[in-house]
Amino acid sequence: MIQLTDIHKAFNQGQHNEYWALSGIDLELEARRVTAFQGPSGSGKTSLLTIVGCLARPTRGRVRLHGEDISGLPERFLTEIRRRTFGFVFQQFNLIRGLSALDNVMLPAYPEGKPHAELLQRAEVLLARLQLGHRRHARVEWLSGGEQQRVAIARALINDPEVIIADEPTANLDTTLSKQFLAILEELSGEGRTVLLTSHDPLVIKSSAVHRVVGLRDGRLCGD
Amino acid sequence: MRPWIEKQRYLIDYTLAALARRKARNLGLLAVYALLVFMLASVSLFGQALRQEAAAVLADSPEVILQRLVAGRHDLIPPGYLEKIGRIRGVQHQQGRLWGYYYDPVSKANYTLLVPAAEAPAPGHLRLGATLARERGLQAGQPLSLRSYGGKLFTFTVDEVLPASSELISADLVLLGEADFRAFFDYPAGHYTDIALSVANPQEVRNVAAKLSAALPDARPILREEMRRTYASLLDWREGIALALLAAALLAFAILAWEKASGLSADERREIGILKAIGWETGDVLRMKLWEGLLISFSAFLLGLVGAYVHVFHFGARLFEPVLKGWAVLYPRFTLVPQLDGLQLFTLFFFTVVPYTAAVLVPIWRAAIIDPDAAMRG
Amino acid sequence: MLFQPSVIALLLAATLSLVMVAAAAPFAWQILRRWDLGSGSELQLQLERRTYLFSTLAAFVCASQLLALLLFVFTADRLSAMFVGAMCAVGALNAHAWGFPALLLQVALFFLAALWLVLNHVDTRARNYPLVRLKYALLLGLTPLLALSAWLQWSYFRGLKADIITSCCGSLFSGDSNHGVAGEMAGLAPLPAMLWFYGSLGLAALLTAWHAWSGRLGLLAGLSSGGAFVGGIAGIVSFLSLYLYEHPHHHCPFCILKPEYDYQGYALYLPLFAATAAGMGSGVLQLVRRVRGLEQIAPAASRRLATVAAWGFGLLLCLAAGMMAGSRLVLLEP
Repeated sequence: MIQLTDIHKAFNQGQHNEYWALSGIDLELEARRVTAFQGPSGSGKTSLLTIVGCLARPTRGRVRLHGEDISGLPERFLTEIRRRTFGFVFQQFNLIRGLSALDNVMLPAYPEGKPHAELLQRAEVLLARLQLGHRRHARVEWLSGGEQQRVAIARALINDPEVIIADEPTANLDTTLSKQFLAILEELSGEGRTVLLTSHDPLVIKSSAVHRVVGLRDGRLCGD
Repeated sequence: MRPWIEKQRYLIDYTLAALARRKARNLGLLAVYALLVFMLASVSLFGQALRQEAAAVLADSPEVILQRLVAGRHDLIPPGYLEKIGRIRGVQHQQGRLWGYYYDPVSKANYTLLVPAAEAPAPGHLRLGATLARERGLQAGQPLSLRSYGGKLFTFTVDEVLPASSELISADLVLLGEADFRAFFDYPAGHYTDIALSVANPQEVRNVAAKLSAALPDARPILREEMRRTYASLLDWREGIALALLAAALLAFAILAWEKASGLSADERREIGILKAIGWETGDVLRMKLWEGLLISFSAFLLGLVGAYVHVFHFGARLFEPVLKGWAVLYPRFTLVPQLDGLQLFTLFFFTVVPYTAAVLVPIWRAAIIDPDAAMRG
Repeated sequence: MLFQPSVIALLLAATLSLVMVAAAAPFAWQILRRWDLGSGSELQLQLERRTYLFSTLAAFVCASQLLALLLFVFTADRLSAMFVGAMCAVGALNAHAWGFPALLLQVALFFLAALWLVLNHVDTRARNYPLVRLKYALLLGLTPLLALSAWLQWSYFRGLKADIITSCCGSLFSGDSNHGVAGEMAGLAPLPAMLWFYGSLGLAALLTAWHAWSGRLGLLAGLSSGGAFVGGIAGIVSFLSLYLYEHPHHHCPFCILKPEYDYQGYALYLPLFAATAAGMGSGVLQLVRRVRGLEQIAPAASRRLATVAAWGFGLLLCLAAGMMAGSRLVLLEP
């Protein structure tokens, strides 16, 4: 469903500290599968995920989503695609402090302008499904690490995206919680969602929940 | 349309919550903003009330006042002058007036002594302005002694304290009968201070003035319209100067607003980065921040305006009185008639909300264009 | 007469608009030269992000011009007390040669800014941003006009000296003087004026409604909207004002905004301005409907705007007829 052709990504282009995070990635990602990107830090995993997830545009190369070339789209439209197609679970969870779990979950849907009652109901269902129903009015900073991650997952699902992108999802979790996360992952994949994640946690890479592992080093692919 | 409105509601919700989370910072800005509105609004409300007061007083005054000049100075109208004017077409009636100033060493202030055209007080009696009555602790029925310029002591009975409706002008007013007036000032019999003419048709006023000048070359006609214009432009000018002086404050405020808006805390930058990563568009963030500016603006505007209203109409504009009011020693402590005027509010809005918006526009935009992938990079 | 609160406010607003647009001009120029949507370079990303600032700026200028227009009329009205013979805004505007030009330019600037926003609206909906260069060229073109407007206002207010004998609406807009366009408008006999007013507004209402419904004749609808604005103003000056004042010779287009006449002017001007802006915007969109990327967006937006315009003109027609019917003045003997 996502095809990457000769993707390059530069930072500080044209300046003395110019730096190429990705140099020539060709990759096809299939729908309804769990794909993990593996590699040392600085290998370009995160840069690749930002390009796939429409958070950034490649400096060179093409990104196709369902066959449509989206690499040259202005940010305005990339955002729209991102909002409707991708749900993000960040390494630091990136929840907004001071807001309740429920408010955090609903945030990605605000720009869509859906009726409030409908949105509220959907958020409550998601939280209940992730065993957070009783904590929905708690401020996120009062939640434990595992709970925060589940809030982040609920937030990623609020717009019912096809693809879930998770960046180092188990980096801040102990083994029990990591296993819990992998269980959720399998469940999401079972509903037909595509999952893309970066990790160098063997627990994740070796897990049966992960269908495919893509290696990266110095901005290039190194073995599937 | 529906999703659009729904979306704006979400944005307002979010920005309200965000404002509440950063109370200290926003309250500071709000306080400064409201203070600025308060100052500008006080000047403006006070100026408007004074204009209104002046207009109310002038409304009762005659259309034309004729003064006699000797060597370019105001002089008494000699006997026979009134007859010399004769009948001028358009003049309803003409009458000599008697009035003068009296310095009272007790209250260290100047009074205006005047013989009213109708219902003059009986000999030995007078009516006086509210401020003066307050100053001297007088009430109706009590005696008031004044030493004339000739050195003689006169004692009058106070008939009545004048109503406070037009206190700005009547503050230092003393009304007394013609005989008492002439005796008190040693005023030569048959002489008058000036002549008041009333003209029914406003279009005729200029013609009447021209005829008066022709008939009496040593006289100077003063038109009510001219007085009104002079008052209005004088008060406008003073208000304008006061506002121009406050422009420095305005500039300082704009700089502060710019600073506040561009000095995003790390926390706030992180939040905007997250919002953008999870699907908020630059335009959404921009709109959210604009709502924030609008909410702050309107709260500050309302707060400042209400504060100024109370300040001007309940506390007599203590802070700005000396700048805007006249130069008399006896400041009338009058309560201005409360009123708000559309143009005034509109002007005030231009003075505060427009510069604020202009000042925060660029910083808001800067905040809104934070990279969406910033959230990924920790 | 510069030290008047509302004059200072007006000059402040004009200067702010000018300074902001002028400060943005170099960046607009950069967009004109360096825009390349196909490029993934950081510069292109920066330019794209700048377009958000410009849209916001243009909206700010548009809104402030509209507010300034109102403030300008109010101020002129208030200042009229300073001039012998001036009884309302017309007298004050006439007290200096630049009074009316300043007002007209303000009106023109409002419409130009509104049209720019219409173009901007459709452009940002097309994935290829096809009108970017056109938009920024137009924005650059707006700068000298804003400068001219600020200068005209400055010269006007600076040139005003209290007590100049001026002609007021009584003579300027009175039928006999017949000097200039304003006099011509006021001098129109009631019947032709009414025909013109109802004709132009009716035509615009019909054309915009037809365009909204069928999507055709959009350009004509836009043109007729412009015509309807002139017809509408002429109608207000020549006969509607008479009905509102219930006085056969009072032609002033500003006094109807005052509380003495129950602010009825707003009921006329708001739909007139809104409908004209929407109608002309609809026409302008018709011009770009074949631009690549706008084939669907422009016609749809054009029809939406035409709907707004049709409602506006229709409302205005009803209001005008209602005001005539409710007035005690009789201009046309049955």
